[in-house]
Amino acid sequence: MEAFFKEAVVPHFNFWIYVIIMMIGLWSVIAKNNLIKKLIGLSIFQTAILLLYVSLGVKEGASIPIIDHHAAERSLVGDAGAINPDLIANPVPHVLMLTAIVVGVATLGVALALCQMIYKDFGTLEEDEVLQKIKALHDDV
Amino acid sequence: MIVTFDIIILVFLVIAAIISLSVKDLLAAAMVFGIYGFLICLLWAEMGAVDVAFTEATVGAGVSTVLIIATILNTRRRSTD
Amino acid sequence: MKAKIFASIAVTITGAILLYAVTDFPNFGDPRSPANAGVEGGSSSASLYYIENTYRDTKVPNLVTAILADYRGYDTLFETVVIFTAGMAIFAILRVLRNEDAPSAPDPESTNRTIDGDHHRIIVGITCRIAVPLVQIFALYVVAHGHHSPGGGFQGGVMLGASFILIALSGSLRDALARFSEASYIRLASLGILIYAGVAFLPLVFGRNFVDYGALRGLLGTEGEEMARSHGIFGVELGVAFTVMSVMFAIFANLSTRGRLKGGL
Repeated sequence: MEAFFKEAVVPHFNFWIYVIIMMIGLWSVIAKNNLIKKLIGLSIFQTAILLLYVSLGVKEGASIPIIDHHAAERSLVGDAGAINPDLIANPVPHVLMLTAIVVGVATLGVALALCQMIYKDFGTLEEDEVLQKIKALHDDV
Repeated sequence: MIVTFDIIILVFLVIAAIISLSVKDLLAAAMVFGIYGFLICLLWAEMGAVDVAFTEATVGAGVSTVLIIATILNTRRRSTD
Repeated sequence: MKAKIFASIAVTITGAILLYAVTDFPNFGDPRSPANAGVEGGSSSASLYYIENTYRDTKVPNLVTAILADYRGYDTLFETVVIFTAGMAIFAILRVLRNEDAPSAPDPESTNRTIDGDHHRIIVGITCRIAVPLVQIFALYVVAHGHHSPGGGFQGGVMLGASFILIALSGSLRDALARFSEASYIRLASLGILIYAGVAFLPLVFGRNFVDYGALRGLLGTEGEEMARSHGIFGVELGVAFTVMSVMFAIFANLSTRGRLKGGL
């Protein structure tokens, strides 16, 4: 048990938490009844995926992905050791996730707008009540 | 990257996620979701992703909470689960 | 109840599979992992190229800004279009263009909300009136200084949009719309896309590739291609900031009033 903990859990702690947060988000999307709760769960699901990507780009002992000016100027004259890639975090996952966050809030807005239209039409945001009302509507026809 | 800080924030993150999904008052859920957004912003800053942290601070802790509250204002505040 | 049991089973299975896969991941924080350094004996990671060559190519110390707007400019262009489309989708879903309630009758809800909150409103309103210009100046700084510090078009744009949301929250939506009307936010959102696509398109005129800002050297009068790329990144970020600012405010204005743009928070 202790060996498993040391080999599998501790070096991958971020990845374990990403799976747990993703499970919480996925569970709420399926099982929660309220539509706004489902959307909060969906946002939590999204942050779990962001956590996976950003965790992949972390380097032990590295700094932020902004080159300091002295090292940058030295690299221009061909000083090979000026920029050490091990001391700068991997910027590619950051770029991908940065746009994903802003697109995420825009699509969250669209989903909330749909929720408001559902509330306007059915007078409720509970999934089971909405389904009952849709069913009653079909039975009338 | 500071491992202790990392672990503390991750544990709080899971707690905040569970609380925001389990409270029945949707306004409280939205506020805890804002706290969740701020915690994850701290996590990005800790992992060296400063640009992502900046975006998350403005979007996750700010705008998305306001949008959810604006929707709750126009719908119902109580939730059955 | 049935849904909860089914959800628990599905989530447990998914989680177990993912946790099993996680044990094969590289260790957290490993600088030699495939994502950070590439496969041993194979190709090296693209991030190494970016880290070593970004400053030489573009003179932008902030790697994230340079990759976002220059190397991956195509991707970001269409991310911005997605945000613009989301704004238009909100407009299509929620916006009520017909005047449903009589214009003379005041909205009972909104008048109730202001009656006993008036003196609070003065304190909050004046504080926010002082804060909003500072927020906007800082947001413009974030957009313009994204080359050297964390920031850029997305962050600055969201902050600019949030400053207008702050006006709406502290005063009323009418105040915010008087400063940033519906016609102007739709125009500015489109203008942002136009600026981005225009800056990205200009190199084609000079016979170079799309989003290859180095070709703008003659137009901008810079010494080398690097500075032209740096200025091209700034133009692109400006376009992103316009679109994001307008869409954030448009989403808030429509959501808080159910698309009537009257009353609201």
